[in-house]
Amino acid sequence: MLLKQGWALVALATAVAGVTIAGGVQARDFTIASWGGGYQDSQRKHFFKPFADAKGIRVLEDTYLGGWAQFKAMQETNNRPWDVVQVETSELIRGCEEGLFLKLDWSRIGPKDDFIAPAVADCGLGVVVVSQLVAWNPKLTKAEPKALADFFDLQKIPGKRGLRSDPKGTLEFALMADGVDVKDVYKVMSTKEGLDRAFAKLDTIKPQIQWWEAGAQPPEWLISGDVVMSTAYNGRIANANKEGHGLKMMWTNNVLYVDKWVIFADSANVDLGYEFLKFFADPKREAAFTEDYTYGQPHKDAVKYIKPAVLEALPAGEHIADALDTGGSESVEFWLDHSDEIFERWTAWKAR
Amino acid sequence: MANQAASGEALPAPGGAQRLALKLNLRRAERRRKLRAYALIAPLFLFLGAFFLVPLGSVLYFSVANPEVVELLPRVSAALRGWDGQALPDEAAFAALAEDARVGYDDKTLPKVALRLNYEVGGFRSLLMRTGRGAERYRAPYKQALLERDERWGELIYWRTLKGNTSAFTLHYLLQAVDLDLQWDNSIRLAPPDQRLYIENLLRTLWIALVVTLACILLGYPVAFLIATAEPRWAQLLILLVLLPFWTSLLVRTAAWVIVLQKGGIVNHTLMAVGLIDEPLALIFNRTGVYIAMVHILLPFMILPLYSVMKGIPPEHTRAAASLGARPWAAFLTVYLPQTMPGLAAGCLLVYVIALGFYVTPALIGGGSDQMLAYLIAEFATNTANWGLAGALAVLLLACIAVLYPIYQRFAGAGGMRLG
Repeated sequence: MLLKQGWALVALATAVAGVTIAGGVQARDFTIASWGGGYQDSQRKHFFKPFADAKGIRVLEDTYLGGWAQFKAMQETNNRPWDVVQVETSELIRGCEEGLFLKLDWSRIGPKDDFIAPAVADCGLGVVVVSQLVAWNPKLTKAEPKALADFFDLQKIPGKRGLRSDPKGTLEFALMADGVDVKDVYKVMSTKEGLDRAFAKLDTIKPQIQWWEAGAQPPEWLISGDVVMSTAYNGRIANANKEGHGLKMMWTNNVLYVDKWVIFADSANVDLGYEFLKFFADPKREAAFTEDYTYGQPHKDAVKYIKPAVLEALPAGEHIADALDTGGSESVEFWLDHSDEIFERWTAWKAR
Repeated sequence: MANQAASGEALPAPGGAQRLALKLNLRRAERRRKLRAYALIAPLFLFLGAFFLVPLGSVLYFSVANPEVVELLPRVSAALRGWDGQALPDEAAFAALAEDARVGYDDKTLPKVALRLNYEVGGFRSLLMRTGRGAERYRAPYKQALLERDERWGELIYWRTLKGNTSAFTLHYLLQAVDLDLQWDNSIRLAPPDQRLYIENLLRTLWIALVVTLACILLGYPVAFLIATAEPRWAQLLILLVLLPFWTSLLVRTAAWVIVLQKGGIVNHTLMAVGLIDEPLALIFNRTGVYIAMVHILLPFMILPLYSVMKGIPPEHTRAAASLGARPWAAFLTVYLPQTMPGLAAGCLLVYVIALGFYVTPALIGGGSDQMLAYLIAEFATNTANWGLAGALAVLLLACIAVLYPIYQRFAGAGGMRLG
């Protein structure tokens, strides 16, 4: 008897859960996924919450962990738990080609000319411009690095250096340090000799390299003295300096990463997605966001509203004049074609 | 039944029909009892099935599945089946490719197969996507049209790679996971030197786990002995100290080691203040740091099984050996140590198997040459979503553990824990 009741209960629970889930899909509120943590807290403050208030809707949030795995799971289960998500370039292109993300109708956002070039893509609108550049702790270095070549000069500046444990961006960085012009980087790297040249350049400082995985590591190491200089994200260095650590940044040939907002092509809330993008593409709102996170903004006019002190640490204007854009078509094509084999070579090389 | 038979004389003997009914009743009751028992363990079975067998099965499946070319380029697959691979295929194969590329580009499935082929030949992705983008304009003869679009279609390697993937299952990933390269004609070659990394990584993983296990034995055995022989009051406190690290997460403990071991960290600071060293020691971002942190995290898994076995060993045994003239070492080696074997074997198995799967600790504390297999699996599983290779590497790791189990059984003997 008890058992029977038990089974009935299980059946009932399953049915209820089924109805709830099914109902949830249809009536799911507008959902945005981003990188989580303090970064998403700031996005909530400056964009999500004001957008929800302006529209009188509820905006749900989720965390995107990076990489393709979450999207692959969505494709295979034919499930779209999010409407809008912030992605990196390689996922942007892949999702755009596979039809997972919507090809944007720019007339519903604003003229393309309003945005800096790296912030405009077929399926995406730039969210933030992050610069990876050389940062150093003046308390630990004898001389100041003036060009990328100095990063590789163990005589001039002895000591450990931090580099990102990712071939993307790092190989380009090595080639530019070896004298390759920013415009020719991918042309050179596409050849066997060019790729060998990048690895050979890194070989010259390999025993002194300390690899970082997370953006939080370089400022920590620079402050603790584990490295004398490091490649780092400009925002992380700026944040450390807000606490008075006095780290320095060099903007010559910095490497830009521009994350993009994308809308899911099968989203039930495409209209809200466009409205959110339009809401986001407001120079004043974007400028306010830089007070929390010192990253460049997609709207050209945002710089007009940013305080000069903040601008100094921002990848904008003069700072990005000779920068390498990893979201450009050359870079995207190169990495989509060669990332598998280069990852293997890179990992084997690193362990040697 | 025996009772009934004994009192059978007084009662009228049950008739055949009655006996049958009784039997049926009994059987029914028995069946009900069994069903209920099954029902009670059903959640466990469902749990095991859903969270153990299904994922394991899918990992195995992904490591050999190769559906992309067969499903997404069906016409080319069919056209290349009879091709000998010696010269460029005929017009029919080019026509099939042009059609497949057009269909694939329209329904947006082409990127998937393009990425899959790119695993084997760098650049295949852009070649196929380029071919797809222009597919509306191709007219017969297709051979000429495709070669005009991209002359790489005149190279055998692309056609051979296509042919090599015209079956729904492949050993490509499993072979890649041991630095071998499956060729289009099913011959197997060593991977190019600068792409050999998986065997080295596997050996490193096995080695790190071994060193950590040995260190755990050396450190954990005396501690377990101390706890097992201490007064209950002290034993409780010691156990608490052993368990304490479990109350914080692995990530937090790893991060704490960064602070302790770094250049300006507590250890270096103290040693320099005392005057033992002039230059800070390199304790982190190398193998030393990885060993220190992993041993710290895994030590309880060695101490607890040892302690539980040691507690059951009567101290009289060693005393008897001593009274029979055995010296302390001999008494330990011949009497005490063999009795702790089940605990030691269980501890080693736990520590070794858990150590094999370590990911966060080497990633945060190790250098470029201290990364373990889990690092690669995570990279392929989550970042590039190359689930075939991730699955193959996981199968490799699983195979290593499967080899260990019989060895463990031998040492653990009858008293050890059994998994089956």
